[in-house]
Amino acid sequence: MKVLVLLVCISVSLLASGILEGEIERQPLNISAIIMFLLFVGATLTITYWASKRTKTASDFYTAGGSITGFQNGLAIAGDYMSAASFLGISGLVYLAGYDGLIYSIGFLVGWPIILFLISERLRNLGKYTFADVASFRLKQEPIRILAAFGAIATVILYLIAQMVGSGKLIELLFGLPYEYAVILVGVLMILYVTFGGMLATTWVQIIKAGLLLSGATFMAVAVLYHFDFSFEKLFASAVKVHDKGKDIMSPGGLVSDPISAISLGIALMFGTAGLPHILMRFFTVSDAKEARKSVFFATGFIGYFYILTFIIGFGAIVMVLKNPEYLDLAKQAVSGGYPLIGGKNMAAIHLSHAVGGDFFLGFISAVAFATILAVVSGLTLAGASAISHDLYANVFEKGVCDEAKEMRVSKIATVALGIIAIGLGIAFEKQNIAFVVGLAFAIAASSNFPVLFLSMFWSKLTTRGAVIGGVSGLATAIILVILGPIVWMDILGYEEAIFPYKYPALFSVTVAFVFIWFFSITDNSKRARKDKAAFMAQDIRSQTGIGAEGASRH
Amino acid sequence: MTERTIEIIKNHPKYQELVSSRSRYAWTLSILMLLVYYTFIMTIAFKPELLAVTLNNSSVISVGIPIGISIILFSFLLTGLYVRRANSKYDVLLEALKADVKKQGI
Repeated sequence: MKVLVLLVCISVSLLASGILEGEIERQPLNISAIIMFLLFVGATLTITYWASKRTKTASDFYTAGGSITGFQNGLAIAGDYMSAASFLGISGLVYLAGYDGLIYSIGFLVGWPIILFLISERLRNLGKYTFADVASFRLKQEPIRILAAFGAIATVILYLIAQMVGSGKLIELLFGLPYEYAVILVGVLMILYVTFGGMLATTWVQIIKAGLLLSGATFMAVAVLYHFDFSFEKLFASAVKVHDKGKDIMSPGGLVSDPISAISLGIALMFGTAGLPHILMRFFTVSDAKEARKSVFFATGFIGYFYILTFIIGFGAIVMVLKNPEYLDLAKQAVSGGYPLIGGKNMAAIHLSHAVGGDFFLGFISAVAFATILAVVSGLTLAGASAISHDLYANVFEKGVCDEAKEMRVSKIATVALGIIAIGLGIAFEKQNIAFVVGLAFAIAASSNFPVLFLSMFWSKLTTRGAVIGGVSGLATAIILVILGPIVWMDILGYEEAIFPYKYPALFSVTVAFVFIWFFSITDNSKRARKDKAAFMAQDIRSQTGIGAEGASRH
Repeated sequence: MTERTIEIIKNHPKYQELVSSRSRYAWTLSILMLLVYYTFIMTIAFKPELLAVTLNNSSVISVGIPIGISIILFSFLLTGLYVRRANSKYDVLLEALKADVKKQGI
């Protein structure tokens, strides 16, 4: 039972993106890491300068003018997905519990093929800059845009909190910089990338980081396998011998304990991925449906490969880091026993990089971890800013008649504002328990953004009224159930027992959204409803063929 | 898009073939993916010991490991299958449809 509780806690903190638990002891300044990080910043700022020369129109700013190729976009999507949480969190989970880390990786991956089969091409054919373009394609603009923008901004801000807090703690540990400096540094760099370089710079920052992360992780995995003469049998046998859980690390240990949680987590990961605004926005950066399709193919390949690497890295860390006094927090060990790692279990991959590649490689991996956070927050901020400027300002406030220069100015102001908000929240949440935020972001994406987007493309009888009522109910249910659930109600508010027993509300909140959308659509006989339904055929033809969409991508 | 364009495309045999064939394939692959994933998850929820069986007596490796890795490879394989069919069949149908529609002066 104890193991089970522990594992659920881990899985939750894992969702919360690279959080290092407890007080972080600041490390001495790590010079090689700082030099490599400065190189990365220098290179990305140069790219931003280059991109700023090419970012003139709104289409350049939001979607790099549709000029990204399928391969590049696949790498960038993988970059968005391979956050510091995936890398440090999943390798840390493998390190702690073995097989359970693999279960998590699989859950994160299986949504991608389905996005490819059902969503990616239609999205490209219908949308211009944001997923709200698609959701509101044939429905009444204002209410749907407001709903979609609210879902997008909520998701982005929650995600930003997790990333900022994670980055502050990570940098404090790895670079020896004070927490506030780190958070401000991330915020300022991200504002520079996005305001000056727009989507083009953001995409290239993401591509470079994905390339660095994949090469670094490949090097580590190969070094681990080399150590064991490329024999998996030897690697796993040594891990079983070293680990306190012994043979149990080779099989499922209780991460997924009951069917309700299992299904709910699966739904949150799958539908949530298909409702994340910064991921959806990536589909508009390519020229047509064919490139969008290619993007997902490459992204799935890179992400799958990356998860296999983290599995090997986690097992490598069990053998090479777990009982190595060099990486243990000896002061903590003297008090509580066991084998506590310096910086906590999520540092397993970082310590392994030192074990296989010395100080230099440690510096490299630390710099990559920081770069990862920087790239992910840039993508998030751009998605949030476009929801504000394109959906709320240009299409709701100005009713769709707004000149481009003005819209772009608003999006840049929004970027700076979001950057400042992110810095503020990052500092405010330093000592808070933020284990719920990414889970909540996924729940909102799965329960509000996704159902409205999906049904607007697939269900001819969807009406504006149904979409608004269903989307709002899904959103409200997700938020309420997260508050009443064990993480917020027990761990943060300190009550004895949670009112809602499950950590993942998606099964319930997604159901609420779909049922409400269905019910309030089929009972809708208004004039607007007839208009909504009548417009489906034209939308469907465009989503299936791209006829009529060429204009949208050729700006 | 005018009413007439919609009517022409909607009733075009190439459009109908494209839509029905692609939807069938896309939904089949999606359901296959869900089936594999939820079979795996339900095994973990109800009968985790099945995945703990070792490959053979001398090995410590459980069957769960190659199965898990296979699911990752399977996901990628499915995306590859879809892209291949889309590149060869659906794109050809779509191009033909577009050419036809253009010829009719829309």
